[in-house]
Amino acid sequence: MDQLSGGEALIRALHDEGVDIIFGYPGGAVLHIYDAIFNQGKIEHILVRHEQAATHAADGYARGTGKPGVVLVTSGPGATNAITGIATAFMDSIPMVVISGQVESRLIGSDGFQETDMVGVSRPVVKHSFMVQNAADIPLIVKKAFHIATTGRPGPVVIDIPKDVTDPEVKFDYAYPSDIKMRSYAVPAKGHSGQIKKAVDVLMAAKRPMIYAGGGVIQGEGAELLTELTRELGFPITNTLMGLGAYPASDKQFVGMLGMHGTYEANMSMHYCDALLAIGVRFDDRVTNSDVTKFCPDATILHVDIDPASISKTVSADVPIVGSVNSVLEEMLAQVKASKQKVDEKSLKVWWDRIAQWREKDSLGVTPSEDGITIKPQEVIQAVHAITEGDAYVSSDVGQHQMFAAQYYGFDKPRRWINSGGLGTMGFGFPAAMGIQFAFPDAISVCVTGEGSFQMNLQELATCMQYQLPIKIISLNNRALGMVKQWQDMQYGGRHSHSTYAESLPDFIKLAESYGHVGIRIENKSELNAKLEEAFALKDRLVFVDVLVDPEEHVYPMAIKGGAMKDMILSKSERT
Amino acid sequence: MRHIISVLMENEPGALSRVVGLFSQRNYNIDSLTVAPTEDQSLSRLTLTTTGDERRIEQITKHLNKLVDVVKLVDLTEGAHIERELMLIKVKATGAQRAEVTRTTEIFRGQVVDLTNSVFSIQLIGTSDKLDAFITALGESIVLEVARTGVSGISRGEKVLTL
Ligand SMILES: Cc1ncc(C[n+]2csc(CCOP(=O)(O)OP(=O)(O)O)c2C)c(N)n1
Ligand SMILES: [Mg+2]
Repeated sequence: MDQLSGGEALIRALHDEGVDIIFGYPGGAVLHIYDAIFNQGKIEHILVRHEQAATHAADGYARGTGKPGVVLVTSGPGATNAITGIATAFMDSIPMVVISGQVESRLIGSDGFQETDMVGVSRPVVKHSFMVQNAADIPLIVKKAFHIATTGRPGPVVIDIPKDVTDPEVKFDYAYPSDIKMRSYAVPAKGHSGQIKKAVDVLMAAKRPMIYAGGGVIQGEGAELLTELTRELGFPITNTLMGLGAYPASDKQFVGMLGMHGTYEANMSMHYCDALLAIGVRFDDRVTNSDVTKFCPDATILHVDIDPASISKTVSADVPIVGSVNSVLEEMLAQVKASKQKVDEKSLKVWWDRIAQWREKDSLGVTPSEDGITIKPQEVIQAVHAITEGDAYVSSDVGQHQMFAAQYYGFDKPRRWINSGGLGTMGFGFPAAMGIQFAFPDAISVCVTGEGSFQMNLQELATCMQYQLPIKIISLNNRALGMVKQWQDMQYGGRHSHSTYAESLPDFIKLAESYGHVGIRIENKSELNAKLEEAFALKDRLVFVDVLVDPEEHVYPMAIKGGAMKDMILSKSERT
Repeated sequence: MRHIISVLMENEPGALSRVVGLFSQRNYNIDSLTVAPTEDQSLSRLTLTTTGDERRIEQITKHLNKLVDVVKLVDLTEGAHIERELMLIKVKATGAQRAEVTRTTEIFRGQVVDLTNSVFSIQLIGTSDKLDAFITALGESIVLEVARTGVSGISRGEKVLTL
């Protein structure tokens, strides 16, 4: 058995847990830990330039790989800077372990220098948290933290460690627990077979069935089974913003994303369906629209989720099924295949014909600009899709560009679309793309951003230079906080209160260059493809592509507030 | 409807704040709360009363169960149960009022636990309703101070809340 200090034990425990990369930023309270990092060669530490970016990078890494992201920050401001990223991960159920330094135990509660009650401050946005009191507790706490972060409905876990606990002079016998049992924490078992049977009966009897799948399918590694089940049934399927890639977008059964900016056909199919299989979703208000009483009025609702608290939270489920998405899908698929009663093909045909009519609306059709010069933001995403052959990892920030990326990239695989759906955190996309690039050094990591969002974490250009990350940043520059401006156009008589700033934008090309990167500006539609290709051809360089897009463009379709899902604005001049 | 929820949880620092935080965070109200270790020192039992329709109570119990520190819980009001609250109340009474206070205390089966020339300290155990009724019977004008423990409870019969 090795004699280790708390700091050494922490790093060893992370290694024993299978961690190979952590994102962090040093400071007084974690200096012992940083010294332990210096003295080892197993775990790579990535020095970011802001703790918020550390959490988003770890988050991006987790979304891309399915493995937990790990963050190390100092006490006080380091810890509070990490909060936005923790909250972002919490809202989207992303596995993450955040280690924060704390002032020495004897100073806790004395308003010591750089003291913040991290356990208290983070409480509403973590799955759980620990305050370490003795160095010898570190192995067990680390084991528990990873167990909690990664099982059940995943989420961030904070480990707050007072400085004296990592004292290099105080050593103990280190052993990492191989197994963990917690009487107060049980991981939900498989779904109830009887409930699954009930659900299958409903699906087989349905005349207008619909499958609605979300981020839980991706988190729960259920995409493959979902695809198989959907094909077996022949039903239409929609994915949420968080679920894009859970079912291949290019497949004919896919009707597009649903919700606030969902396709016409997806939202219409939802509204008129008579049986709704909801998997790994939480009936978010951006999906159901504000008035849930108008939601899917004719449907029998079958809800599969690992978190019992998600079921019947906003919309009552007729057949609730609590269990891991994977296990439920597996059993459901087996039951469907074995079922004596078959899908009602005749009704299904009628239903598909109706959907085909909705599809004819072509709600994502792009009208090119009249002058032939101005670039439409949608065209940029389409071009990026073509150049990357639909095979890139695409992270995004928050705003119009995010919705365009979600609508037009067409994700065929899970874990390719990396975005802050729940919290909607501007500044997420770029550091998340770093996490992706660290996880997949040879993959194309694209960050679709807006000139507003990008300025919320642009300091990470330095991190990308230090670690030579060849991220492609596609900034849809509309010279405005576009999504805010769109709402002001639609609901506030076009009064653009604090949503434009064209005169004070930096020269993004020079900005990228000053960090040692490449910057490319695209202003004319005629050069869009060639310049994008040029950017993507620079395989080992970070390229910032500043695309000047039509500032007047709105994101459509858009749900009409207070309406049902069938109520949408389709363009500046058309509504349902 | 009013519900009494009893929770067995790890006797760990921070556990109570997570329960209380959950209520404020999700806009659930706590009408009363009482907590103490059980015969097993590693466990605390927390009992709280809250109000809400069925759906809300279901969400509350689900979210409580999700807390990592919570081992087990029961909504006592779902079955036959016994609920008790203890109240210490100080009243001012002189002259003829003194006999009146003594008599009321006897009727309610309370105990006078301290006494001066002008002040009674009375202990009363019962349901919350009974405690309310006692205060009304004494007359609010003479009440100087009230200390109530909040509701504690247990199921009737064979049913137990243990590990
Ligand atoms: C941290 C944060 N602050 C504020 C908002 C509100 N918000 C949502 S979208 C948006 C505008 C984003 O502008 P930009 O990044 O340029 O994207 P665009 O909508 O123009 O494509 C704002 C301010 C937010 N989501 N996150
Ligand atoms: Mg913008």
